[in-house]
Amino acid sequence: MPRYMMILHDSTTALAGMAPEEMQRIVQRYQAWSRAIAKAGRIAGGEKLRDEGGKHLTAPGGTLVVRDGMYAEVKEIIGGYYIIEAADYDEAVRLSSDCPHLALGGRIELREIEVL
Amino acid sequence: MTGRGPGTPDGDAVPGVVEHLFRSEAGRITALLVRRLGVDRLAVAEDATQEALIAALHHWPRTGVPASPAAWLLQVARRKAIDALRRERTVQDRAGAIRDEAERSMGDERDVRDEPIADDQLALAFLCCHPALSPESRVALTLKLVGGFGVGEIARAFLADERAVAQRLVRAKRTLRTSGASLELPGADALPVRIDSVLEALYLMFNEGYAAHEGDALLRRDCCAEALRLAECLVPHAGPRAPRVHALAALFCFHLARFDARTDAAGTVVRLADQDRTRWDRALIALGYRHFDASASGADLSAYHLEAELATCHLEAGAWADTDWDRILALYDRLLAMTGSPVVALSRIVAAREAGRPGEALDEIELLERIPAMRHYFPLHWVRGDLLADLGRTHEAAAALDTALGLAQCEPVRGLLRDRLVALGREDVDS
Repeated sequence: MPRYMMILHDSTTALAGMAPEEMQRIVQRYQAWSRAIAKAGRIAGGEKLRDEGGKHLTAPGGTLVVRDGMYAEVKEIIGGYYIIEAADYDEAVRLSSDCPHLALGGRIELREIEVL
Repeated sequence: MTGRGPGTPDGDAVPGVVEHLFRSEAGRITALLVRRLGVDRLAVAEDATQEALIAALHHWPRTGVPASPAAWLLQVARRKAIDALRRERTVQDRAGAIRDEAERSMGDERDVRDEPIADDQLALAFLCCHPALSPESRVALTLKLVGGFGVGEIARAFLADERAVAQRLVRAKRTLRTSGASLELPGADALPVRIDSVLEALYLMFNEGYAAHEGDALLRRDCCAEALRLAECLVPHAGPRAPRVHALAALFCFHLARFDARTDAAGTVVRLADQDRTRWDRALIALGYRHFDASASGADLSAYHLEAELATCHLEAGAWADTDWDRILALYDRLLAMTGSPVVALSRIVAAREAGRPGEALDEIELLERIPAMRHYFPLHWVRGDLLADLGRTHEAAAALDTALGLAQCEPVRGLLRDRLVALGREDVDS
């Protein structure tokens, strides 16, 4: 079965003003979503990335340049990913569409993992 | 944590998160952090608390809810606060000094006594209810910092504009900083004034949550419950004011007991006269009576005492018709003498009507109407309409109820007024 990566783009500002009670509701929805998708055997992996800028590497003209990522200044940052199994994009969309990540003001970029 | 993704090692058995956990922990953790960091770093405390909840939001769905969610949240919040303290410093400072100061002010993570304790919340409540702030600001700040309510929730509960609430909070925090308010529990001399300031805020908090019939009912009920919770926390620290704190707590219990009975299955507002008294919460009433009995000690007699006693008059009657209106009238006489409040005067007039004296009541309403603020108070016109109807002056009664309808903002209440007009024989009722 094809695999897809759900790249989770987080809004860095959306959660700052969210009421604790609402955050709890989302945790509970997240648990339900996780349970359902794991039960269906469609989860193949996932990680959360640390909330920080990380490092950016480039090599213009062959010389390595390493910069610190600017966490405090970006509006959106990749928070993590899930790998899911689905028959096709339609099904992958269906499985991702009620992921509570979307309720947190973030967006999900869905990409099929290429197998040649 | 490996790349296994969400779900827990145990498969199906995901422990639930206790109801209102995030909200109550937000309040408790903020209180502890503000105690450690000081009033000047209120913003650091709030941010660190929020970041801990965000961390839970991101981690718990993958790793499962920890065995002790509260301890997890507190630990993360402390680390976030320490991080924030470090970022505050300029690069010129020596690394060692930053670490030492931050960790000194945050205490040893392994020190179990650093669990949030009731006194931290109480100290924060006194701070939020500082007399330098307006009563409305005290309410908003207490709900936000002590209660763990969000700005949007506070706005929705009180039918206010969210940005206005946010601005009010900013101004309130600024006032606290400039007034040099501290976090210590007030000493014996200042205690009565500070307690009265807290009680005034709690009364307003409860009233705002209780009186509106629109907006999110669950949220409003939660605000009322928070007012009651704080009143009860206050009791052991109230010194000579303890009796009136008990009286206020009793009043809250008696009203909260009726909260759900005020709407019927169809969602329409049901007035006290028509409520199904079997829907009144017995446990809350019992709790209320325990507070009421405790309020009777000593010489402290406050308006809260009288209002609580008034509530018991309704509780003791099996139905509206059995209510002891003469007793109620006597209590309103005393309450009016104590407060001089026109709203109390109006309630007293309603009691006079029920005690069988509509003519007298009408004269008194006409006096009340001379107060400019009361002219726009729709209940006054409603009561006047009812009194005129009692006396058979139907045409004038309808005109009064029309005025009330024009002034009332809340849709459920307008519905009641329209029904009343139809019952009076009006056919073309203005929507």
